[in-house]
Amino acid sequence: MSAPPLLRYDGRPRLLGGWLATGRAASLAEHTRVNGPLPLGAVRRLPETVTSAGLRGRGGAWFPTGRKLKTVARNGRAAGGSHVVVNGAESEPAAGKDKLLLGATPHLVLDGAELAALAVGATKVTVCVHRGTGLARTVEAAIAERAAAGWGGASIGLSLAVLEPPRWYVSSESTALANFVGGGEGKPRDVSAYREGVGGKPTLVSNTETLAHLGLIARHGPDWFRMAGTGEAPGTALFTVSGAVRARGVYELPVGVTGNEILRVAGGATEPLQAVLVGGYGGSWMSPGALAAPFTPEALAPLSASPGAGVVVALPVGACGLVETVRVAAWLASQNARQCGPCFNGLPAIADDLARVTWARDRTALDRLRFRMNMVNGRGACAHPDGVVKLASTALRVFGACVDRHLHGQGCPGLYRPPMLPVPAPPSPSEGWK
Amino acid sequence: MTGLAAPLLTESTYWYLTRASGFVSLVLLSVAFALGLLTAGRVWSPRWPRFVTESLHRSMSLTAVGLVFVHVLAILLDDYVKIDPIDAVVPFVSSYLPFWLGLGAIAFDVLLALIITSLLRTRLSRAAWRAVHWLAYLCWPVALAHTIGIGTDRLWVLGVVALSVFMVIAAGVYRVAGWRRVAVRRPI
Amino acid sequence: MEVKTQQSNQTLHVNMIECDGHGMCAELVPELIGLDEWGYPVVSADPVPRHLTKHAKRAVTLCPMLALKLVDRPGR
Repeated sequence: MSAPPLLRYDGRPRLLGGWLATGRAASLAEHTRVNGPLPLGAVRRLPETVTSAGLRGRGGAWFPTGRKLKTVARNGRAAGGSHVVVNGAESEPAAGKDKLLLGATPHLVLDGAELAALAVGATKVTVCVHRGTGLARTVEAAIAERAAAGWGGASIGLSLAVLEPPRWYVSSESTALANFVGGGEGKPRDVSAYREGVGGKPTLVSNTETLAHLGLIARHGPDWFRMAGTGEAPGTALFTVSGAVRARGVYELPVGVTGNEILRVAGGATEPLQAVLVGGYGGSWMSPGALAAPFTPEALAPLSASPGAGVVVALPVGACGLVETVRVAAWLASQNARQCGPCFNGLPAIADDLARVTWARDRTALDRLRFRMNMVNGRGACAHPDGVVKLASTALRVFGACVDRHLHGQGCPGLYRPPMLPVPAPPSPSEGWK
Repeated sequence: MTGLAAPLLTESTYWYLTRASGFVSLVLLSVAFALGLLTAGRVWSPRWPRFVTESLHRSMSLTAVGLVFVHVLAILLDDYVKIDPIDAVVPFVSSYLPFWLGLGAIAFDVLLALIITSLLRTRLSRAAWRAVHWLAYLCWPVALAHTIGIGTDRLWVLGVVALSVFMVIAAGVYRVAGWRRVAVRRPI
Repeated sequence: MEVKTQQSNQTLHVNMIECDGHGMCAELVPELIGLDEWGYPVVSADPVPRHLTKHAKRAVTLCPMLALKLVDRPGR
């Protein structure tokens, strides 16, 4: 059980402060005025500093960033070079924080990326942004602004590029992204990017938000970072709240706030809630009672959940959790990379079983579903099938009464409600994997 | 050379050895090719496991190339026709039946590439090995044409050819039929 | 009476991207590898017992896609 949130910090947003105040992106001049110059002096001991700060990846895995820096630095020395990829692809439909950060504070993200690059011995940084959002131009403009001012970049021996990976859900996975940046398809690989990533070299693939925090840790130190958050998961985090709340959007809160506090900040629920989806579309359903738990990895783990990419979707009692899950599961199944048998066979089978339980009163489908979830979990090259299993298994638990109603052919109020969990249109066939 | 073993060898020995090893090579190559097709087509039964097909494919391929070496060596040692070692690997430069012999050289080259890349498979990229291995579809028909063009002067030769063709076509049919029940049908 | 089988310090790992579901591995070392309903291998994460090392090696060699490997440390 993690320690209660240490709200000794002043409560002000650290990443979004400028954007909330001015309502627009911070220019380099504003960024410099608020945050100070690029702290190149912090590079030498950056992995240790980030480890002391306890920064954990905000891309979904909550992996200790300091350890990742050390690993890539060490592997890079052995391999004669490394690469840095900023993961702003954010293919998670219910998340918007990375897009917001790149639009609102690109310089903070780029600072973090450049400092990390120097720390791991990389000379190239590739920023990956969500295709078709116009963010590529924004980030390229920020890079040009920095070059004109002699800030970072070429002046410290780094070259920066911006790429738009394909929009498939699995393409933002770290090995898939590294493969794409290296010229290949945006499909996951069997070897970790931290060993062999872009061009076969050890690659640091880090989330946009993580690098933004890193940019501030390098300036203000680990103690400052730890003033917010919990002992095991310090700092602030961005949560994307959607569904049945009054003010959907991205909110910056100290890690350790409870689910209830997150919903309150988003204006509160518009109706009584049936459940909350936490982490992402490959995340976990939680019952409303669980919202009293702090949203940290350690506190949510016993509930088979994790804060993940900070996604929180509120499902009202008037909706049908099974119908929502069926739609998302079918979409996730379509998003497989067509590489691993258990995934491209198993996920459509699981989605089909879920649909039969929901619509066809098929009890044997429920047994088959439970068996297949066990069979598919952990058997892909990446964690995509695991996410679908997590979504489906938590749905069966949280919506258990609903499952019974469906199997008995009794009506369900939310059968024909508009979707609370929308899914994007699939990429067009011409988009491909490159 | 023939003088050394005069009592056992006549002028024609190497010629007959060439022809014999040639026909057996074709049959073995056809068996190896057919087994490769059966592996790809996932053809098996409860009494014939899949690993047997693959294992035999590999060993038959090695046996076949071994016998092709005998075939090539024999014709080089033969005095009846003037064939230089270069003619065995460079096609269409021989003085004796350049076209048909040249086909044999092509088949030999491709076969060597198939065997060598497979023996060194762990050192190659998967794409490179796969690209070379597809050349098996070139190797066998060329070897077949070489056999027909350079070796057909008796009727029983056609029997050997027919057997080889039958094996490969049968295996080919199984391979195509197997494609529809193969587990690996990757989605669109 | 339980007989303790000697463990080697190697485990089997399958690269599921390269795997094409031929299933020869499951034929050759069924004690450690089974097949799911779609013909893909379910590989035991436990260390390979010494008496099965030879069979495991044969499975690794015969895999048509070279997807199976014996790794020197346990786990992924």
